[in-house]
Amino acid sequence: MSETKEMQTHGARDAQARAEQEVFLRPAVDIYEDSGGITLKADMPGVSRDRLHVQVDGNNLAIEGQAAIDMPQGMESLYADVSHTRFRRSFTLSTELETDKINAQMKDGVLTLRLPKRAELQPRKIEVSVG
Amino acid sequence: MFGYLTGFDNDVFDQFERMRREMDQLLGDWSGGGGIRSAVAGSYPAINIGASPERVDVYVFAAGLDPKSLDISLQQNLLTLAGERKDESPEEVQFYRKERFSGGFRRVITLPEDVDPNKVNANYRDGVLHIAVDRREAVRPRQIEVK
Repeated sequence: MSETKEMQTHGARDAQARAEQEVFLRPAVDIYEDSGGITLKADMPGVSRDRLHVQVDGNNLAIEGQAAIDMPQGMESLYADVSHTRFRRSFTLSTELETDKINAQMKDGVLTLRLPKRAELQPRKIEVSVG
Repeated sequence: MFGYLTGFDNDVFDQFERMRREMDQLLGDWSGGGGIRSAVAGSYPAINIGASPERVDVYVFAAGLDPKSLDISLQQNLLTLAGERKDESPEEVQFYRKERFSGGFRRVITLPEDVDPNKVNANYRDGVLHIAVDRREAVRPRQIEVK
């Protein structure tokens, strides 16, 4: 008897957790590195600066944004490539990046993040003297 | 109990969505739409089209585009979008991921036949191009008064 009860509460909790689990769009990204750091660009059309969240938690970087598109009332969808309005993607950072110096810019729906490397870890070219 | 059912429903829809995508990949997009001018799923830019009795709204999800490079034309009910997104990444960097589209694109969209090509409005904001085309008045539903 108590077992069934427990299963029921467990099932309800499961369902609740699943209902809260929204569907997110995965933004397309470009990631490249130069000697000073890493640059990440993400396409998030419809997301304005104030609806964008960039969060660093330990070595986890999460980008999230809500696209705001004003649609007239009573609109009926004829065709849709995009059926969700929330973007989300996360990345694991490595320790040589200075997480408190991350710079974020949002322009025309493209997020650009600059993740600089720690100064002491930037590669230094070693000159070989001949002679 | 109700909560459990909703959870189950979501699951089923997720499965259907996944199945639909797989079928699309295997057989091409036959599940509705499949117009002769349609583009491959996942092409840049993604497009949504909505219709209300007064107008047809086209939303083009084109992040990082120079609006000046866009060429939009409407011939009868055929809307053509062409443009180019340049690859602005510097040279001599090491790429780990390159998922973002770059290059030229062209998409042709068939709108409902009653759109008025003279009443088009386009604006670009936050990477979304919104094109609104009015519909001709004759087809709008009219309230008929009974006297």
